[in-house]
Amino acid sequence: MSVVTLTINDKLVSAQAGQSLLSAIKDQGIDIPTLCCLEGLTDWGGCRLCMVEVVGSPRLVASCVTPVAEGMVIQTESQRLTAYRKMIVELLLSERNHICASCVMNGGCELQSVAAKLGVDHVRYDYLCPDLPMDASHERNVMDPNRCILCTRCVRVCDQVEGAHTLDVMGRGIQQRVIAGLNQAWGTSRSCTKCGKCVQVCPTGALFKKGATAAEMEKQHDFLIWILDGREKKIWRWS
Amino acid sequence: MTTTASNKVRLATAWFGGCAGCHMSLLDLDERLIDVVGLVDIVYSPVADIKVFPEGVDVTLVEGACCNDENVHLAHEVRERSKIVIAFGDCAVTGNVPSMRNRLDRDQMINSVYFEGPGKPPPTSVLGHFLPTLIPKVLPLHQVIPVDIFLPGCPPDPERIWAAIVALLKGEPVLLPEEMRSFG
Repeated sequence: MSVVTLTINDKLVSAQAGQSLLSAIKDQGIDIPTLCCLEGLTDWGGCRLCMVEVVGSPRLVASCVTPVAEGMVIQTESQRLTAYRKMIVELLLSERNHICASCVMNGGCELQSVAAKLGVDHVRYDYLCPDLPMDASHERNVMDPNRCILCTRCVRVCDQVEGAHTLDVMGRGIQQRVIAGLNQAWGTSRSCTKCGKCVQVCPTGALFKKGATAAEMEKQHDFLIWILDGREKKIWRWS
Repeated sequence: MTTTASNKVRLATAWFGGCAGCHMSLLDLDERLIDVVGLVDIVYSPVADIKVFPEGVDVTLVEGACCNDENVHLAHEVRERSKIVIAFGDCAVTGNVPSMRNRLDRDQMINSVYFEGPGKPPPTSVLGHFLPTLIPKVLPLHQVIPVDIFLPGCPPDPERIWAAIVALLKGEPVLLPEEMRSFG
């Protein structure tokens, strides 16, 4: 397996050829904010929070979908990056109705945590307040598009891990929505196996178990690695 | 920040569209309130029953979102007469729960609440004359007036209120740590 050398935050490091920049950064113990990325799912590059500066390039690149390259010089922290990351989080908060106080994930939400971490104490943009109805037609789960940040973790886990591909995305830009089946009530979708993986990987309160009230829902993202390790490597972590 | 004859900070608190939870959280400072009262004069507050927002206020904590024309009017008075304005709690910072009406039609909502419900409806002349008129969209405070400090939380924990008060009284910038910055 070939190795490439690159410079991350002024430190010369080595990484495997083909490895993603984000993975190489994490290998160095460097913390970098992400929302759409989840270990066990394919990288998608949707949220752009993991962007980094590449010396010699005027544009910022999403590190999760950028492979390492020999001689690459990158910075993971700068005033410019922080400004853009804050802007992204503010735009996510303004696009729908992220009213934390009435959310089942209050206190356990990744968007909420990232906002606090980046120092987003208010949103500079107009709140768009779209009229998005919830889908509570499913036997076990509820979909609230008002909390959705369109990270597509649910779509990817449904397709790539469960193999059902019940969930997908419809529309573009602000009209974009996660849908079940052929844009039908979730509960009427015949392909949904009711496995609940989508609920567990959702970073916000967009997908939650029926009956959960504010700050009751706990999500366990690590189940994904547990399943995949067992399925692919025959390593079962029973503890 | 000492402008009064008594050498105390002139503190005001205002209550717009909110549940008063932020004021309750302020009262939850418990015995530390005694220290605060020793250092500040409360010159306007819903708990002090003062009718007119005074001039020359050092710090004003504004709880609640701007929901009606009275809130907007008082917000401008607060800004003109205060050196430091703090958006106090999530409703002031984001619009929070009061802003959940923004996806609804305002007139239809007023009809549903006042005229289509059970019981006798109020006279039509009441709305817009004796009651403040709802503005089309609930707004966070900083979309109505410039805000100096944001203190998020629903309500802000007494510890984060205390952290802000201590910084202000020392004349230092209010820089809340990560765990004190979250919404909700």
